[in-house]
Amino acid sequence: MDQEREQYNFDFHKENAQIVRDSESVNIKIGDFAGPLDLLLFLIKQEQANIFDIPIARITEKYLEYIRLMTRLDITVATDFLVMAATLIEIKSKMLLPRDPKAVEDEEIDDPRQELVDRLLEYEKFKTAAGMLYERATVEQAVFARGPIESDDNTEVDASVFDILTIFQKIVARHVDEVKMEIEREEISLADMLKTLKRRLFEEKEISLLKFFEEMHSKRELVTAFIAVLEIVRTESVKLMQKVTFGDIILRMSEPPALAGG
Amino acid sequence: MESAAEQKTVRTTAELVALVEALIFVADEPLTAKLLSEVLDDDRERVLAAVEELQREYESRESGLQIREIAGGWQLATRTEFHEEIRTFLKTRPSAKLSIASLETLAVIAYKQPVTVPEILEIRGVQSASAIKTLLDKRLIVAKGRKETVGRPMQYGTSKDFLIQFGLKDLSELPSIEDFEDLVQ
Repeated sequence: MDQEREQYNFDFHKENAQIVRDSESVNIKIGDFAGPLDLLLFLIKQEQANIFDIPIARITEKYLEYIRLMTRLDITVATDFLVMAATLIEIKSKMLLPRDPKAVEDEEIDDPRQELVDRLLEYEKFKTAAGMLYERATVEQAVFARGPIESDDNTEVDASVFDILTIFQKIVARHVDEVKMEIEREEISLADMLKTLKRRLFEEKEISLLKFFEEMHSKRELVTAFIAVLEIVRTESVKLMQKVTFGDIILRMSEPPALAGG
Repeated sequence: MESAAEQKTVRTTAELVALVEALIFVADEPLTAKLLSEVLDDDRERVLAAVEELQREYESRESGLQIREIAGGWQLATRTEFHEEIRTFLKTRPSAKLSIASLETLAVIAYKQPVTVPEILEIRGVQSASAIKTLLDKRLIVAKGRKETVGRPMQYGTSKDFLIQFGLKDLSELPSIEDFEDLVQ
């Protein structure tokens, strides 16, 4: 257990967080805090305070001192830091209020700090998890998979919206040439087009956008089809693949990533 | 299934091990047991046994390479011990690490997925937009559709690249988030 503790409990701020102590000297070191909760945890640790019994007046003072220091150094203080400052001051003032003498004695008196403590504890878990990820990534950087070989050069290139647009324009241009007899056609709605596209994608697993757009009969249908493609890319887990620049684009269902059970 | 099985070419274990090795070598992504058994038209169990045999072979002769189980498949990679010499040869340095903000955001996404931006804000207590952009750019996270709630916010989850870059077989290999609670105090 102790070994594990050491493994996960490494401190991101070891090198750069000595803010308050050094603030009088010329070389002011400012800790790079990931957020107001991160700063609060640091201050609580620095003041060697108990997280379950935070000396709110002292911590608030230190917190505001830090914010002032940041302002003095012309560092833009993110709004989230100011929101936390307001929260701290609110808690501090609530603590100063005399307790309602009529309150039932048996009932647990609401500690105004409770919500903050819960948030800090929840946040600290994820901060520790971030440390674990950092270590994993470091270890992974010592492992090398084999270098790329011949076939890898032909791997699919991801297509952007602009690539879709280029294909789309190509087909619109082709449609201009072949003006057929104008027949009143039932207009297809975007919802219907989306449904068609989803069904096709489900059945065929992958669709050539060039072919799909070519199946459209009118400019209006083409535009609807185009919007449907953009919509499906935005809302569903699909992949767009393009093998050659300006070439055809394949729309493919992406594999659902393995999810942890529970 | 029975009739198909009869028509299969019967390979010796040694042949299968060699084939599996060759395929893992040429694959540019971790190769899954499913894909291996499809390509080789052989039983999944036999393929799995072959991979294990291959892993043992590499280990027993203390090879500079290893067969690693990662992101639901197998990959041929160098052993960690040799990273310094490999870096000297490749003339590369470890790539820039993620910022604390990005790592924290990634941790929240990994454990809470699918998760929305407001939910991440609630845990981290700070806007995470730029961290999310970095993670999307690095393909560590992917959009996982919209949550059917007010404003239909986009939900995010981790990608296969996340598993590969953090050396995970699958998400269940991550230590439970509740385990970190004990370490906190």
